[in-house]
Amino acid sequence: MALQEAEDRIRQLDIELSRATDTATQRELQQEKSQLLAQAYGSISSFDRVYLARKTTRPGVRDYIGRIFTDFFEMHGDRLMQDDPAVIGGIAALDGMPVTVIGHCKGKTLDENIKCNFGMPNPEGYRKALRLMKQAEKFRRPIITFIDTPGAYPGLESEMHGQGEAIARNLMEMGSLTVPIITIVIGEGGSGGALALSVADRIWMLENAVYSILSPEGFASILWKDSSRAREAAELMKLTAYDLYARGIVDRLFGEPAGGVDSNSRSIYERMKNALLNELSILGRQNGRALVEQRYKKYRRIGDCTSK
Amino acid sequence: MIPLFKERRRKLTLFKAMRPKPEKLPNRIPEGLYTRCPDCKQDFVTDQIAAGFYVCPGCGYHMKLTAQGRLKLVIDKGSLRELNAGLVTLECLDFPGYSEKLSNLQSSTGLKDAVVTGFCTIEGHSAVIAVMDSRFMMGSMGSVVGEKISRAFEYATKKRLPVIIFSASGGARMQEGIISLIQMAKTSNALARHHQAGLLYISCLTNPTTGGVTASFASLGDIIIAEPRALIGFAGPRVIEQTIHQTLPQGFQRSEFLLEHGFIDQIVERPRLRSTLATLLRLHSVTAQKKGGG
Ligand SMILES: [Zn+2]
Repeated sequence: MALQEAEDRIRQLDIELSRATDTATQRELQQEKSQLLAQAYGSISSFDRVYLARKTTRPGVRDYIGRIFTDFFEMHGDRLMQDDPAVIGGIAALDGMPVTVIGHCKGKTLDENIKCNFGMPNPEGYRKALRLMKQAEKFRRPIITFIDTPGAYPGLESEMHGQGEAIARNLMEMGSLTVPIITIVIGEGGSGGALALSVADRIWMLENAVYSILSPEGFASILWKDSSRAREAAELMKLTAYDLYARGIVDRLFGEPAGGVDSNSRSIYERMKNALLNELSILGRQNGRALVEQRYKKYRRIGDCTSK
Repeated sequence: MIPLFKERRRKLTLFKAMRPKPEKLPNRIPEGLYTRCPDCKQDFVTDQIAAGFYVCPGCGYHMKLTAQGRLKLVIDKGSLRELNAGLVTLECLDFPGYSEKLSNLQSSTGLKDAVVTGFCTIEGHSAVIAVMDSRFMMGSMGSVVGEKISRAFEYATKKRLPVIIFSASGGARMQEGIISLIQMAKTSNALARHHQAGLLYISCLTNPTTGGVTASFASLGDIIIAEPRALIGFAGPRVIEQTIHQTLPQGFQRSEFLLEHGFIDQIVERPRLRSTLATLLRLHSVTAQKKGGG
């Protein structure tokens, strides 16, 4: 049984449990529930992780910003066209240290999601992010980006305003920034739309986050002309945090409680904050040129799988 | 107005010169002898179309060129010194059917992957050139394409040479998954170093240039030129239509649309492609800079 179905059944069991009056039925239901829980979270498939990564109950970029940093001052607009609510960014303090924080913004409700376009940026979002990153470089602040997007928005205006150019420029510029950059994939890392905020010195990932070239649905529809084969596609795509860690693309994993980070999110903020403080003190000892050189080599290394 | 007319007449004369004499078509067309223009649907003798570098004699449509055909059109004869010609992918081969697909395409196209890179001269001017070929898995960018493009930029940076890239790509190489995505960052970083060294990069967009190639090196040229009516964009037209539930306007994501919206510098037809590139290389050459006092 897939995780999503198991969770639906567990919710149903909870309702039945609350209604059950005799202890025998209660015990029976309880037993079924714990069996289901063990089964569901004991063997999680890649597609289960896609499901977990997309859950709207999962902490979003605003939760991380609120719980890890203080003094967050949000900044809006790309100074060219408009503000893109799908990308949030600003300055904040990490245990007193000024940092620039940027991330994809997904909503928790339909209303919120309509406002932030389900976390799918337009070119203006990427240009806002680049403006803030250049500003970070000017003031010698480290940059922390939170990745959570299905991808860059495929629309009329986004094409008209140069979606491809905006992503390309971010890739080129991020590679040359002389301040430390740490990227954390907290949910969905979708394609170029995710990459455009994640050319970094360190790439971290939550256990149930995913990062891929395309959604499993899109992948299945391109490869087999059948988007319903998404589950099968997810297994092939090697998109889980474990796959990417094994491939050397991701540098660090953050474990999640059974059922996903949203079932008990308290500890993740503390762990992440400590990790950021540690890593930034290491990266902060290097000069800008060395950082750029190492970042260049990192991408040369993780992107190479050709004969010599 | 007058210069506009002059320009138009000059182009027409050029096309006319390349146009094969109209010929009566036989009722039954032997396969391969005739080629149908994908745009105006007229049939033309293949040899004559090939001699005109696959510009439709009827409507001026620029048909797809192979990498070999493109090089023949653009560079000085015999000047190509191919770089990293033997590069093939080592991993990512566990994807079902990928390995066979590669070897089939390798034998049918005579290419190792979707790009040819090398040193060449164009009317005597040295350059590093990369030409993508859409016959090879839609010109998709996987580890080999990304590596060859990155090495081309690195070589050009070391030798202080300009880079010219002809893009023709459907985007990422799905079969290589995340490795394919990383190529976008890798190539853009190599390009950045070439850029910071003060060297020229001309990006030439041909039909089609979409996805990960548009969202990396193809959009980052000092000068960006495109062939007429080429499809250029990040998202594919079908994906956009499915997202917005609307039919796309005529000419959307074509070269002319991009020119209008400020994302390319000029549309250059094949007859003047080689001379245009030569002029740009000359204007950026060391001797030209010295004359300017730089
Ligand atoms: Zn035609």
